[in-house]
Amino acid sequence: MSLAINHLLGLQNVSKNDIQLILDTAVTFREVLDRPIKKVPTLKGTTVVNLFYENSTRTRLSFELAEKRLSADTLNFSTSTSSTKKGETFKDTVRNIEAMKIDMIIVRHKSAGVPLYLTKISNASIINAGDGQHEHPTQALLDMYSIREKLGKLKGLKICIVGDIRHSRVALSNIYGLKTMGAEVSVCAPPTMIPKNLETFGVKVYTDIHKATRENDVLNVLRIQLERNAGSSIPSLREYHNYFGITSEVIEKNNKDILILHPGPINRGVEMSSEVADGPYQIILDQVTNGVAIRMAVLYLLGTKN
Amino acid sequence: MKIILKEITLLHPGQKINEQKDLLIENGIIKKIGNISQNDFSSSEVFDFSGKYCVPGLFDMHVHLREPGREDAETVLTGSNAAAAGGFTAVACMPNTNPAIDSAEVANFIKHRAEKHLVDVYPIGAVSKERKGESLAPIAELVDAGAVGFSDDGVAVKTSALVRSALEYLKMYNLPLMEHCEDESLAGGAMNEGTISTELGLPALATVAEDLTVARDILIAEYVGGKIHIQHISSKKSVELVREAKTRGVNITAEVTPHHFTLTDEELRTYDTNYKMNPPLRTQEDVDAIIEGLKDGTIDCIASDHAPHAIEDKEAEFIDAPNGILGLETQLGLAISELVKKKHLTLEQLIEKLSINPRKILNLQVPLFKEGEKANLTIIDTELIWTVDKNKFKSKSRNTPFDKRLLTGKAVAVINNGKMLIDDEYRNL
Amino acid sequence: MVIKAKIIDEIGLQRTITRLAHEILERNKGSENIVLVGVRTRGEFLARRILKKIVEIDGNEPNLGILDATLYRDDFRTRLKQPQVSVTDITFDITDKDVILIDDVLYTGRTTRAALDALMDLGRPRTIQYCVLVDRGHREMPIKADFIGKNIPTSLNEEIKVKMKEIDDEDAVYLIEIEN
Repeated sequence: MSLAINHLLGLQNVSKNDIQLILDTAVTFREVLDRPIKKVPTLKGTTVVNLFYENSTRTRLSFELAEKRLSADTLNFSTSTSSTKKGETFKDTVRNIEAMKIDMIIVRHKSAGVPLYLTKISNASIINAGDGQHEHPTQALLDMYSIREKLGKLKGLKICIVGDIRHSRVALSNIYGLKTMGAEVSVCAPPTMIPKNLETFGVKVYTDIHKATRENDVLNVLRIQLERNAGSSIPSLREYHNYFGITSEVIEKNNKDILILHPGPINRGVEMSSEVADGPYQIILDQVTNGVAIRMAVLYLLGTKN
Repeated sequence: MKIILKEITLLHPGQKINEQKDLLIENGIIKKIGNISQNDFSSSEVFDFSGKYCVPGLFDMHVHLREPGREDAETVLTGSNAAAAGGFTAVACMPNTNPAIDSAEVANFIKHRAEKHLVDVYPIGAVSKERKGESLAPIAELVDAGAVGFSDDGVAVKTSALVRSALEYLKMYNLPLMEHCEDESLAGGAMNEGTISTELGLPALATVAEDLTVARDILIAEYVGGKIHIQHISSKKSVELVREAKTRGVNITAEVTPHHFTLTDEELRTYDTNYKMNPPLRTQEDVDAIIEGLKDGTIDCIASDHAPHAIEDKEAEFIDAPNGILGLETQLGLAISELVKKKHLTLEQLIEKLSINPRKILNLQVPLFKEGEKANLTIIDTELIWTVDKNKFKSKSRNTPFDKRLLTGKAVAVINNGKMLIDDEYRNL
Repeated sequence: MVIKAKIIDEIGLQRTITRLAHEILERNKGSENIVLVGVRTRGEFLARRILKKIVEIDGNEPNLGILDATLYRDDFRTRLKQPQVSVTDITFDITDKDVILIDDVLYTGRTTRAALDALMDLGRPRTIQYCVLVDRGHREMPIKADFIGKNIPTSLNEEIKVKMKEIDDEDAVYLIEIEN
């Protein structure tokens, strides 16, 4: 069994078989993470570059750990400024890195489309670690893995993504991946945070968090970006919390069987109360652990593909 | 020097001429139309242009020549060469240079750089000083220095008050306020807002940003009078707004670029920065409305919005890449292929939009096919099938999405200012 | 593929397993400190059968684990087909234990090398003893089995096919010739 894809750019065009294979393979790596020696020699001799053009401590650490646990050689290239501003073009930067004979590139960039562009100028296998407001496929895969681990399936589940859908790469990847796996996907947010044409994606839209909680099995709660939203798409963080925040009251009043996910880092008291963030309904830290397993699975499946 | 364009079809929608004739040009002046003596034939260089059309020199009223400021992307000379290669004998260049064309000095500088070329270069003056939208640029001085229209292109004129002032002030010269329509507070996206922008995760620019400014300018022009010209119209709603305004008698005109009647936002799926421009590529519905607008005369002109960018600038990440594509050397081929060959427009209608109307809007003389007149003309082979090769462009830049595209129709020669460009070679007449 | 010979039949397999169980117990003086680890896939079923036999003989039931050595292989770059990884299922501590590593066929020794590396990452056993149903020769590494069901000298264009009822339709070991 091999993946049909050669790069993981997003989940929009990834088949059910491929997603299934990644999730199943991750089960193996999840077991490795419980061993006393959490390292296997599988990618010995494979060189992986973590090309991070945007700050993202968590995703980068998770990838780095996954690479190290597979015994890959890793290089980190992190910068928060775009290369164009320094005179060297992005293409030059990539060509330079490519000349060092590398096998895989993990890329995070504020501009959508950069991972696709990389496939055109590099021979390495490309994994998208988040591009603009476009996709963040490994995050969606680890969300799906965590839900499946907890509830035993994805098909037929009702999953609602709560938060700034319009500016979220996590939302889009989750929508594509979950729909491919047969889940029913909805979103819940004020209309200022929902893309204008979302109905065409076959996604139900809620504006009432109570109703969304009642009618779904899972809430995947996104981080509200303070700098982006306050004042423009929402009047205040306080108002957002009062009307869309996940609190014990919202859960206990509407659905005590709900499963709560959050990709982190959490803004406590904004999209979620501390009580919920530390409470019995969430699997937030499981997601972090599973994230390493998912990334190991993706690295393994793409890195050992001939 | 005497040349004869033999058996060429003279096509001049303004003069209602459409007939095959021989044309004698001596020292750049039309000497004789038809009935050319054997004596003249034997003493002239004769070009057999049977089957080709001779039209009044094409005029592109919206180009960016980048000089002064970004001479690495284009200069007045390379831009003029690109214009001539594309069949244009005149261009109007936008003021978003650095410094902007907001003083007689810069306008004169550009005119000076354009001297002695086959192509006439007409500067468009900035509406506001430094295009900042705060106070009017010295419009009278700029008119004296040769500005034929005014625009803050790149952005819309910032405030309604300034639009009003500009329209009123320009009434003195009967010159148009040329508007890049984009509401500032809704601006900023990298592509058209729609299903595809959501799929691609790119920040999006809604058509309503354009429509709002079109509506604003129509209402102000309707109130104070003056000539308003909508640049690079791209949305269905804007076409409707212009159409309605025209029926109400507003003195309004509009132009469209070839890419806005040829391409849609589907192209963005490749994230190729050569599909990034402002206004962005819209949907098929908008393209259909634009073609309808071209057919019924709502849209008066076709202009390229020729926007050269250095390779390293355009090769940036999508959201950082600058807006705009080259247009001069593909415009005529695209217009013939997409509009004439698909029977949306007749060749006469196309020539009106590419030659007659731009000059009317800018208050310029339309070249006439009359003995004694200066020869300012473009010779078009409407049947020539050719492949766009960006490496053969005369422009200094290469940012075109049309490379390798097969087009029908091309200018085979241009004549103006006593010069002729044919077979890639300039000759003095 | 042509079947050249049936080398072990159902009864033969039972006898071999019984003998291997006795040998393991004899060498380790009982089953107190031993754990069995089967290498996926057929090594697992072999280990289960040996375990059953040990329980019959000794009364005591040692721990049984299943090892997937795919992640430790050395042939990712050269193989045409990507191997599928499965979970290693060893829920007990192997430190200070006498680990009986069980597989169906010993050939080049490369899988054994991978399995040994995988085991070492799980703990520090007192000993690792290697038990195979068939040793067909052609070693590429210095590896030797402690318990061997049957030595079957083969040529390189031959293959040993172990069939077990748990996943196949019969219990048998065949010698097969591969045609090019």
